[in-house]
Amino acid sequence: MIKRSFIGLIKPRMRYQAIELTPPEPRKIPAPKQVTLLLNEPYDPFGQGKSPQLKKGDPIKTGQKLALYEDSDAYVVSSATGTISALSALIGDFGRSYTAISIDVAENEEIDEQFPALVKDTSLETVKHFLTFIPGNLPDVILSPNGSSTPIETIVICGVDRDLLITANQHTVVKESSSVKRGVEILKQITGIDNIIIASPEHLMQDAGLSGAEVRVVNPVYPASLPKLIMRDLLGRVVPAGKTCEDLGVAFISVQAVASLGKAFNEGRIPVYKHFNLINKDGTSVLVSAIIGTPVRDIFAAFNIDAGEKDRIIFGGPMTGESIYSEDHPIQPDTDAVMIQDQKSLALVSDYPCINCSECIPICPAKIQVNMLVRFLEVGKYQEAADEYDLYSCIECGLCSFVCVSRIPILQYIKLAKYELGRISRAEETNV
Amino acid sequence: MFEQKKFTVSHAPFWHVGSSVSTRSYNIIFAALPAVLFGVFTYGIPAVGVIALSVSSAITWEIAFNKVAKRPPCIGDGNAAMIGLLLAMLLPATAPWWLVITGTFVAVIIGKQIYGGIGANPFNPVLVSLAILTLSWKNFLDFNEVLVNYDFSYPMAYPLASLKHFGVFAISNLKPAALLMGQQSGGIGAIFGLGLILGGIYLIIRGYIRWEISISFLAGVWITALLFNMADPAHYAGPVFHLVTGYTLIGAFFLATEDSSSPVNFIPMLIYGASAGVLTVLIRNIGAFADGVVFAILIANLINPLVDKIRPKALGKVI
Ligand code: SF4
Ligand code: SF4
Repeated sequence: MIKRSFIGLIKPRMRYQAIELTPPEPRKIPAPKQVTLLLNEPYDPFGQGKSPQLKKGDPIKTGQKLALYEDSDAYVVSSATGTISALSALIGDFGRSYTAISIDVAENEEIDEQFPALVKDTSLETVKHFLTFIPGNLPDVILSPNGSSTPIETIVICGVDRDLLITANQHTVVKESSSVKRGVEILKQITGIDNIIIASPEHLMQDAGLSGAEVRVVNPVYPASLPKLIMRDLLGRVVPAGKTCEDLGVAFISVQAVASLGKAFNEGRIPVYKHFNLINKDGTSVLVSAIIGTPVRDIFAAFNIDAGEKDRIIFGGPMTGESIYSEDHPIQPDTDAVMIQDQKSLALVSDYPCINCSECIPICPAKIQVNMLVRFLEVGKYQEAADEYDLYSCIECGLCSFVCVSRIPILQYIKLAKYELGRISRAEETNV
Repeated sequence: MFEQKKFTVSHAPFWHVGSSVSTRSYNIIFAALPAVLFGVFTYGIPAVGVIALSVSSAITWEIAFNKVAKRPPCIGDGNAAMIGLLLAMLLPATAPWWLVITGTFVAVIIGKQIYGGIGANPFNPVLVSLAILTLSWKNFLDFNEVLVNYDFSYPMAYPLASLKHFGVFAISNLKPAALLMGQQSGGIGAIFGLGLILGGIYLIIRGYIRWEISISFLAGVWITALLFNMADPAHYAGPVFHLVTGYTLIGAFFLATEDSSSPVNFIPMLIYGASAGVLTVLIRNIGAFADGVVFAILIANLINPLVDKIRPKALGKVI
């Protein structure tokens, strides 16, 4: 963990982990006994009035597309061959709900025939119907460019990693440049968007250049790789508070998704191995490759990590990740890191009030008056926080919580406030 | 699934720099030690008594208030101890026990707790207390009167009072270097200018106070005093004299910089510090009090919320 330096006058600068020029291959985790796929649709077999087309005992092949109902848009792609052992509901942060599809993995792998039959035809339809659940995650907005309020005109490929200690995206830039190149061609072809930019760290400029996308360099200091700062620093466009990058016609995609896209068409099968960093209790970070749906339990077992009572398991990096409840939680297409913290070294929050120490002021990349903002958030005055203290300018980097002398969970307050305000405005819209 | 392990679940970020309110308070206390020890060395046991009583009573008031208000105890943050110490540093070594206890009551309860506790006080609690003590029991805080029994090798007249009552002539024999080394009368922890400067530099380097405030405060004092001095040198003392006497240095590094009652943005910090500095000299030169630091900073505290509205535009904001 990065600690305050003795000379507190200098604000902490946290550099992103830079990958070695010839990185070792990621450590491959053998296929687990069971995989769990999280489908982005609530599981409610009794409330829907229609019965799911998936059920316990169904045989499943690797690469098979699984949707809950015949007419659902949401689907997952099985990363293994076997039989469905359970379907259950899973509630995520802020009320998001998923269907967890568990599959008992069989000995022999069989590849589903549907996608390989279509591989000659690189059409938008094929990608839409088979390749959104690929390692790296293909965002919807790229596939339906008119679904956004402004048509998407620019695609930014993230060749940098979002958080500290992570090298998964950089690894793809270095090691999979031919797949990335093919992926960029396919993206251009299916979306008709020519303006494709790859955001890369300086030391990987050459490798990034092989992709055929226009290379722009990202500052190696956190939080420069967050989308809104990439917009400002690399594209020279400031996203107005409360708007998204898509509202300005810019869509982001991770380089891993682009590589997966290229690989799918190069190899004629849907890729299922996801690269991510495993950040151990001592802060060391190694690159791992496992199939989507592997429970973290299996990953810990492969590294002899003992996840004990009150330890913290985090999906994502130390600044922006999400902590999870159970070792059964599976690797997902967008999991870039799994981190475990020992119970003894957890940074805990407190319920202390803001003492106005000003540590959060110079460090906030969005220039928010965090000291005033928290005073409103703590008492639930979300609307005032948004109107007067720039709640919607926040890019959720977490630096304010990181430095807060009173250890206020500021970012948590901010996310909650945005969520609550969003709920209120949605409710108002439906009432009209 | 019955022996499901319970993991810690919380929100990002999962790292923290490791700072805390208590380290902040204890570092400020630590930085004050050179000046405090010098005061003890100069004034002896009575000074020890005042300091001990001030710190302990401030902590006691805090505990008492926490109990009465049914709030979780917060003395662990060291803030009450810090308030007690800073108040003692401003008082004369001869301050009677009831004055000290009243002082800490006003500082901790009226200056801080009734506003909601740490971080919510609009004024510096120590200064609120000292202002009330000054207005109520002026004689006990008149350094000329109360320190009359101390006899050192250097003049024991309170320099700012001499200046006020007898003019520049009365202070013409005082050497700035000697004053800086603590050869003057005044509050227990306010006389040793060099120690205060060292403490201040320590706090600035460690990032526990905002240097912008200290520097602009000193600049405000210096420039205003210089202007007065240039206009009428026979009447008004030079800027250096103002910097090394009274509460100027303790004000710059320990009082004006109090977190809750000072601004956090760059330009507001400069305005705040400079106005406190200017007001200090105005009060000293044309006001009713010998020293102006206490009221000058309190007035600056008053304008703090206003000036701190001058802030940079947040990301993605048009207006
Ligand atoms: S998370 Fe905190 S530091 Fe980061 S942009 Fe939001 S308010 Fe600023
Ligand atoms: S860092 Fe925390 S305590 Fe300090 S001003 Fe910001 S919110 Fe307040």
